[in-house]
Amino acid sequence: MDKGKFVERVLFLLALSSISSLVIITVFIFLEGLPLIFQTGFKNFILSSHWAPTKGHFGIGAMIVSSLLVTLGAMVLGVPLGLACAIILAEFSSPQLRGFLKPTLELLAGIPSVVYGFLGVIWLVPLIRNYLGGPGLSLLAAAVILGIMILPTIISISIDALTAVPDIYRDGSIALGATEWQTVRRVVLPAASSGIITAVILGMGRAVGETMAVIMVAGNAIKLPASILDPVRTLTSNIALELGYAAGRHREALFATGIVLFVIIMILNLSATLITRRR
Amino acid sequence: MSNFPAKKIAALKRLQWPGLPSAFPCPVLRLGKLLALMCLFLALPIFLGTMGCRGKAETLSHPLCIAGSTSVQPFAEKLAEVYMSQHPGVRIDVQGGGSSAGIFAAQQGAADLGASSRELVQAEKALHEIPIAWDGIAVIVHPSNPLTNLTLEQLRQIFQGKITNWRDLGLPHHAIDLISREEGSGTREAFEHLVMGKIEVSPGALVQDSNGAVREIVAGDPHALGYISAGLVDERVKAVAVDGILPTRENIKSQKYKLVRRFLLVGRAAPTGQCLDFIGFILSSQGQRLLETEGLVGVK
Repeated sequence: MDKGKFVERVLFLLALSSISSLVIITVFIFLEGLPLIFQTGFKNFILSSHWAPTKGHFGIGAMIVSSLLVTLGAMVLGVPLGLACAIILAEFSSPQLRGFLKPTLELLAGIPSVVYGFLGVIWLVPLIRNYLGGPGLSLLAAAVILGIMILPTIISISIDALTAVPDIYRDGSIALGATEWQTVRRVVLPAASSGIITAVILGMGRAVGETMAVIMVAGNAIKLPASILDPVRTLTSNIALELGYAAGRHREALFATGIVLFVIIMILNLSATLITRRR
Repeated sequence: MSNFPAKKIAALKRLQWPGLPSAFPCPVLRLGKLLALMCLFLALPIFLGTMGCRGKAETLSHPLCIAGSTSVQPFAEKLAEVYMSQHPGVRIDVQGGGSSAGIFAAQQGAADLGASSRELVQAEKALHEIPIAWDGIAVIVHPSNPLTNLTLEQLRQIFQGKITNWRDLGLPHHAIDLISREEGSGTREAFEHLVMGKIEVSPGALVQDSNGAVREIVAGDPHALGYISAGLVDERVKAVAVDGILPTRENIKSQKYKLVRRFLLVGRAAPTGQCLDFIGFILSSQGQRLLETEGLVGVK
């Protein structure tokens, strides 16, 4: 057999196996979780906040809200920081500085999340407890840690989007008498907007899915938070916290939590893909 | 099955033969190497898997299986480890799953012994139970907290969410940072059984997934209150007396202290053979001493 063909086939098989594992995981999560959602009633499951799985109450409403709030908080902190960083690096700094700083920032992505969580517990949580009040383990702590964790995603994709804007745009704008800042704000940013939105959505996906660091700093109380200093439990934390002991219906409820999470992340990823493809 | 990847590797090696000019690094050649590596990785678990099975078959008697409470698990593992080092050829598998799962497994005969950190209910009384140790659940606060005593009723109201401020306990005004364990945990199960009864723990309580994590938070937060296994209380936290009695070793053993649970091993029938020998080891002075150094209180 032609060796090129052979390698091609083997590669195809390997690619297929990775896709099939995705399919298998999806089917498995849905098979395990759906029966419970039907039994409890979809509305009940999503809207109720009464979670006492060993006593037969399965409501993840508070956790959905908490997940969204934590993600929103991370966005509020991470997006301006990340975008500012990307603009400075892509538009206003020398290639040497960019060549040094961009890989350095991407190193942030390589730090294991448990390390972020540990830093949060040791350093951030006592700060919040002593200066702002509350137990310290809180929505705020989780949002700050996640805000830092999503920086590399947002910065590096935004930089790529900004550098992909052709120089003709900048030259044209400068030639028309615009200042550099006006050029960036009125010409380059709008031209790169789809890439930047993708960066933000992918960062959001990371924030929604993050587990370890959140478990360590968020406090994991099941109640709806009344302030940003209250402890919260996200969907991912709920699964990771309780999976160790869960059996029977409790286990199914955790898989059902996984379905909700799966759907949220699918929506985020799909919208990122759609936005990128539109341009 | 296991020689299938080997064939693949041989096929891939053949790919590298043609004498290509070395000045042009051929992508196919690199791919070949990459594929060979991938196949190796794929083959490794299969290989190790068969090794594992063979290892099992070589053991003379069938392995002793203990399943159940995750609170008992670390202690059972420690005991099994020491026992196995003294009796080469004997294998003991210790699994988690929770007390109820362990009792069920023992009833079904799926496990030789079930481990439980709760008492058997009426329907389970047919099982043969062997208490192996006492464990107290200590209510802990920060060392700077002047609180020394709580009544069981106060404790219940705190965890119910009725008392949420230290002011209600005669201390300066500040919210209580309440810490509980995750749903399904053996310690939480025992705490609910001993303190809460039918009442649910307040959803506003912080939840941590281990005794250590609860202790860590209480050690750092002057306004926190939580509960952990009494053996794990150290100088960084302060154990509070419940109904005037401190969770000391003596009080736990005599059951003067209220929040005490037994660790049980249960079996379908009275243990025999290897099983009996292992239980004998647990109840021997050596086994009990081992449990005491791990923080429990022995039954002997």
